[in-house]
Parts: sequence; C-alpha cells; structure tokens
Amino acid sequence: MVAFTINGSRQKFDIEPETPLLWVIRDELGLTGTKYGCGIAQCGACTVHVDGKAVRSCSMQVGDADGATIVTIEGLSPDNSHPVQQAWLAEDVPQCGYCQSGQIMAAVAFLNEHPEPTDADIDDGLTNICRCGTYMRIRAAIHRAAAILKDNGDAP
Amino acid sequence: MSPFDTDFANISRRRFLVVSLSAAGGLAIGLALPDLADAATMSPEPWTQANGNEINAWILIEPDDTVVIRVAQSEMGEGVFTALPMIVAEELGCDWNKVRAEYASANRNLRENNVYVRMLTGESSAVRHSREFLQQAGASARVRLIQAAATRWGVAADDCAAGDSRVTHAASGRSLSYGELAAEAAKVKLALEPAIKTPDQYTLIGQPLGRLDTPSKLNGTARFGIDIRLPDMLYTAVVTCPVFGGTVKSYDAKAVEGRRGVKAVVPVPGGVAVVADRFWRAKEAVAALPVTWDEGTAAGTDSTQFAEAYRAALNGKAATARKEGDVVKALAEGKKVEALYEVPHLAHAPMEPLNCTAHVQGDKVDVWLGTQYPEMALQLAAKAASVRPENVQVHNCFLGGGFGRRAVNDELVQAVTVAKAVGKPVKLVWTREEDMRHDRYRPQAAIHFEAALGADGEPTGLRVRTAVGSILRSLGWGNTDDGLEPAAVEGLANQPYRVGALDVSCVLKNTHVPVMFWRSVGSSQNAFAMESFIDELAYAAGEDPYRFRRKLLAGKGDFLDVLDKIAEKSDWDKPMPPGKGRGIAIHESFGTIVGEVAEVAVSPKGELRVERVIAAVDCGHVVNPRTVEMQIESGIVYGLSAALFGEITIEKGAVVQGNFDDYPVVRLADMPRIETHLALSGGSKWGGIGEPGTPPIAPAVCNAIFAATGKRIRRLPIKDVDLSGQRS
Repeated sequence: MVAFTINGSRQKFDIEPETPLLWVIRDELGLTGTKYGCGIAQCGACTVHVDGKAVRSCSMQVGDADGATIVTIEGLSPDNSHPVQQAWLAEDVPQCGYCQSGQIMAAVAFLNEHPEPTDADIDDGLTNICRCGTYMRIRAAIHRAAAILKDNGDAP
Repeated sequence: MSPFDTDFANISRRRFLVVSLSAAGGLAIGLALPDLADAATMSPEPWTQANGNEINAWILIEPDDTVVIRVAQSEMGEGVFTALPMIVAEELGCDWNKVRAEYASANRNLRENNVYVRMLTGESSAVRHSREFLQQAGASARVRLIQAAATRWGVAADDCAAGDSRVTHAASGRSLSYGELAAEAAKVKLALEPAIKTPDQYTLIGQPLGRLDTPSKLNGTARFGIDIRLPDMLYTAVVTCPVFGGTVKSYDAKAVEGRRGVKAVVPVPGGVAVVADRFWRAKEAVAALPVTWDEGTAAGTDSTQFAEAYRAALNGKAATARKEGDVVKALAEGKKVEALYEVPHLAHAPMEPLNCTAHVQGDKVDVWLGTQYPEMALQLAAKAASVRPENVQVHNCFLGGGFGRRAVNDELVQAVTVAKAVGKPVKLVWTREEDMRHDRYRPQAAIHFEAALGADGEPTGLRVRTAVGSILRSLGWGNTDDGLEPAAVEGLANQPYRVGALDVSCVLKNTHVPVMFWRSVGSSQNAFAMESFIDELAYAAGEDPYRFRRKLLAGKGDFLDVLDKIAEKSDWDKPMPPGKGRGIAIHESFGTIVGEVAEVAVSPKGELRVERVIAAVDCGHVVNPRTVEMQIESGIVYGLSAALFGEITIEKGAVVQGNFDDYPVVRLADMPRIETHLALSGGSKWGGIGEPGTPPIAPAVCNAIFAATGKRIRRLPIKDVDLSGQRS
C-alpha cells in the first residue's frame, strides 16, 4: 500500500510501488491537468510539487511518494487566483496549452527559491519544453509573478 | 487536386437562407469527469454541448444572452477559438464577453451537406478561407434578430439597430436582448442576405483580445484527447514494427496475459496492442511482449544512402515547375555560382503524444481525440469499425500541438480496432518513443542551384532543382503522375526575385519513410535553400545582402515594405562586434510575407547563440494582433529548433531518435529575443499566420553565421557543423 496527501486529500492505493507517480495522479485519481510528455524527465509537462519541491512525476516511483504531501495544478488555486496563474493570464502565455500545467508548477517552485529572479536565473531554473515556443511570454510572466508576489508580501 | 483544395466559388450568400433547427450533434454517452471550475469564457470541453436557440449552424443564443459560436477548425495553439468567433461577433454585434466557443460537429457536417464548408486545419487557412462566410453567418443572424424585434414591435426593421447584444428602436426607446429574441429570430427567413462589412468598418477585428481558451489552460481543466475518461474505460499501449511498412510475424500473448491488470492482446495494423485496466500496466506489458517482425526489404536502408540517392536523383529526369527565358544560354556566360543544399527528415514532436479514445457500440462509434481533420477522422473510424460514416461522432478536443501531424490520425485507426475487439471504451496512448518513431516526417531533400551574375552584379539566370519525397504519394492522395507536387516546389517556383532566366524543376523520390505536412511544408526546406543561396549571390556580387535583395525585388512594394521594416528595426547598417553577425531572409508562404533578421554570436570554440530576431509580417489584414505576434514567435521557435537540432536519422530502416534527449528542441535558455512588427499591405490580401513565421528563420540564422564566421551552412541541422575558429 502507498499513501500520500494530494491537494489536501489523503489517498491510499493498492498499487505496484514502481508505478510512476504521474500515472497514479492521472489514471487512479483522474487529475488530468498533469500531463504526459516524454516519460523520461526531459520535458517537464508532468511537473508537480512533492513536499514543496518541483518534481517530474513521470520519473518518480509512487512508492517513493509514500507519506508525501503533493500538490498538482488542480490544487494550486480553485479559481486561477494564484499570482503565477494571474501573471500567465495577463501575458496570455498558453498556445496549445499542453505543457502549461507543468510550466506553471515549475515556475511556482522556482519563485519560492528565487523571489527576485534575473533572466539568467530563469534560463537556468526553467527547463521545461514548450513546442509552441511560448518561452518569451513565460519569461515575462515569471517576472510579473515575482512583482505580484513582492507586492502581496506573499510566499508563492 | 489535393484534399486541401476547396472549391470556394460555390459558397455563396445564398446558403445562409436555409434555417437549420436540427439538434446539435452532441455527446452520445455520459462522461465521468471531475467537477470543473466554471471557465469565464468557454467550457474546458470544447465539443458541442450547447442548448439554446440556434440561429444558424454557427450561432446559438441562450436565454441569458450567451452566444455560442461554433468553430470548424481545430484549436492547436494557433488561436482559432478566438479569431474565428471574433469574425462572427464582428457582424453579430454581440457583447464579446458573452461569447463562448465550441467545436462544430463533423457528423453534422456530413449529414447536413457540408454545412461547415471545410473542417480541415492546415495551410494556415482558418481565417483567410473562412472569413467571408463567417462574417456572412454573423451578419445574417444580426439581421434576423433585428427582424424578429421589428415584427414583435410592429415597426420597420430599418428603424431598429443592433449592438452590444441588444436590438433597439430609438423612436420608442424600446429594446430587447438577443437572448429574448433568439427563438423568434431562428424562424425568420430573409429574402436577401445582408452585405458584409469591409475592413474599414471593423470594430472588433483588429483588437488585441485575450484568448478565450486561456483560463482553462491555466488550471488543468482544458480537455485534451489524452484526458478523456469514460466509465469502464480500458487503456491501451501499442507497439508497431520499427521499420515502416513492416508487419507482425508472430507474438506470444501468453507471456503477458497473466500480468496484473492485463485484459487483452489485440493485433492492430502494423503491430500489436495490449489492453489493461491502467495505462502504465498496458505500457509495461507491451514492452515485455515478445514480437517477431517481418521488417521487409527496407530494413537495410539508412539516411546516408538516402542522402546519396537524393543527390543522385538531381542528375535524373526532372519535371519542370517554372521556366522563363533561356537558362542554358544565361548560365554559359557571366560569373557562375553553384551550391547544393540538403535537409534531413524532421519529426513533428507535438507535446501531446498521439492518442485516441474510442467506443464502438453496435453500429455506432464515438471517438475522442485531437484532430486537424475531423472529416477524415470520421471516415477513418467508419472504415476501421465497418460502420456507416453517419454513425460516427468525432469529439474533437484541444490539440496538444498539431504542426501538421494530426491531419492523419493513425492512432485513431488503432484505437477503433481495439475498441471494437474488446467491446469497451478504450484509450490508446502512444509513448513519446512511438510518437517519434512512427511520425509522418518532413521529407528529406537535396536542392541544387546554379546561377550566373552579369558584369553589373545582377543575376542573368537561375536554375534550381529539388529532389524530395512526395507527400501526396506517401499519403496516397491526389495525382502526381506529371512528376510535380506544389508543396515540393513552394518557395522555389514562386520565388519573387528578378533573376533573369529561370528554370525550376523537381524530382519526386520516395523511400519507405512516410512523409507529410510539417509546419510550413515545402517552404520549410525551400526557404532555407533559396534564401541562403540568394545570400551567396549577394556576396558573390560584392553587395550587401539586404540591398541586393532590395534591388532584385524592385517594384514589389509589399516585399520591400517588409524588408525595409526589418532592416530599420534591426539597425541593419550598424556594425556588429567580432564574433557576431546579422543575417536576413524573406519568404512568402500561405499568402503572407515574413522577413526576419537574426543576430547571432559565435564563440571561438564554435558555440552558437541566437540572440535576437526581428520579424516583420505582411498578412494583409489582422484579426487579432496579439495572436499574430504569438504565432510569429511560435513559428520562429519551431523553425529554430529544426535549424539548430532537428534531425531524424534512419538506421536499418528504422528511426534512431526516440525522445527529447536525442531529438533536442529549443528551451528557454536557447530563446532569442523576438520582436514582431506589422507591415500590412491591406487591400484584398488576407494571408495565413500559423506557418509563415517558420520558413525564414533557418536562412536568417545561417546567413548570420556566415556574416559572423565566413562559414556557409548548406546542410541542416547546424549542430552538426563545426563553427570553431571563426575569423575575427
């Protein structure tokens, strides 16, 4: 058995412990906002927070998430009100949108560690792939989110 | 004629005289979906589900004034779910904040005599090929809403006005909302359809509006094909022969049948599928399934052989695409310049790997997927399940990238085959590796140029010949018996420069590797070759590449405006420091001219960085300038990934690359600053925008590398070229 807390809800599974966390989130829990893109931690479409850190859930075995606290895109805010979502909306970042859950979750974790990021910090810290090429808007949205967070005096 | 050609001549205003009150083709069975937060502007599930009063096939108005606008093209990031409703709403006169978009039904289109005219998304054509009839649909609805109000009030329609979702009668001060009038408006028949607005009358078109689909793409609710969940649904993973065209000789189902969750092992065209209660279990089982393949004769081939074959084909029989003047004579004199350009196969690699959910119930079939071609998806499903096309519902979802790949849905055929075999709804998902190794690729090509320059440095003749895979032959579409295919020579046969005598020819040559439309199609390779070679001619003539192009484009105002705009915005004449260079390229595709200046830095060790790209666009008119900017950025990044890294190689008949570790793409750290400027010529020009940003970036970057290092890149990708030890 594997148990963890996800988006505030306690969940327990009878499942092979080597199953990637991604497929537990998508297929067992039906939280389909977290996407499958590559399965080898290359693209970041599956990014979630495990105990506050950004994790590529396609490459974490669910057995290693036993006892963890997990947040997915669905758990970020009920109404797109998180500062990073607001910044993404203001910059109209998504095109096809498939990678954006992962981009947003990666950005939230990144801003926790870099509240006033430089462009070089963003280059180093945000390595998720977007085939639509929304990178310029992602960069602008991260700067905007940092400004909102600073104004709010919030932690992301 | 390819299936992409549509006869627009018979689309008249008359078709809107027919009032359709038929029920919308809807969701046939219930979906088990988690609770969804209300999206402000549209449902996260894009398929048809509205209820209300349908004014015509495109417009449905609910009692609360919500206007549902049906979109017949696919939302794959290019913004049609915003741009096309803007066109309808421009004429309808409704409050934009009350607009919701949803997909038109392919089934209805089939049953109702092609009511949506065209449902394919390709050729950057959504706006330019549907604008007029979408405006007409909006105008027709507006006039009928006015007529309904006038009838109710007993006044002349001419004394009433419509706007902001209300019809008003100024003389009496009365007004009614669209929602209050919709039921009556749906029954109004017009003797004559209204005229549509001309561009100078637009108020909504041209505004930089936010996308309707953005909110649902920020919180995980936007429904992509891969997200579909149905009651009792099973999951499927598939393996197909690594060598294209190969078949299954044998497999040992027993080896995996006892695994946890495995329900069935089912043969599919070219491979085998494993069905399980969870995707991961299906995927692990299919990886463990012993399969023996009959790989066929292509198993001995590789990309090096193909490259030699394409080069050799250039010396064979070619079909003439365009011929002007006596090229033989021209090339016998003057200063000769000659070059061979080569490009590899490319994968589309959309972020969402191909997938399809299918449910076959008796003689009825439902499929959920992201498709660029719902009409063909419907036919493919009907054939795979052996049912009548009228019995198929295609529930198009948001597409996690398309770029051409989702125009032919191989995954759908597999999913329907499996769903029919197991009698339950089935979600079939390709792994990234399956997606990359069973793509239909951008063709490999070799393109040869010969030109002569006169004493004044002006070209006196140009001969271009391309040897390239035929997309139509690969797909089995259309007739190429004359050896010509428009895509093969696009950007060459219609090259815009004054070059003296001209001879453009092509050799279509296919291997066993399937090829297809890849964002900007033939222009993706031909612009690289043509714009690099024009640069070579400029240097051979001792002229500045911008001014040389300017001279050869004399009299073509739209090209010159674009060219001048990028020269001005890039400070073209300002010298670059050592190790840096600027390159320019301009190309017309899908009715739009895009010019780009790339600025690159190359270190002494040969490390390349594309620092900045200045783009200018002439698409004639703009529906949503924000979308145009986003699509130019997107097209540049897509083309830059290919130019820098893109290469699918074949060994032993199979694709080597499998994932983003060996098929790298541009990431944030590689990203240049992109500036997009409009240079609109207006008039009757309505150009596409999804693809035209892609073709100029490869030559702009390669021309910049030449300016920085003196190294001319004639074979892509750039990563394979040693750029170290450049001149100062």
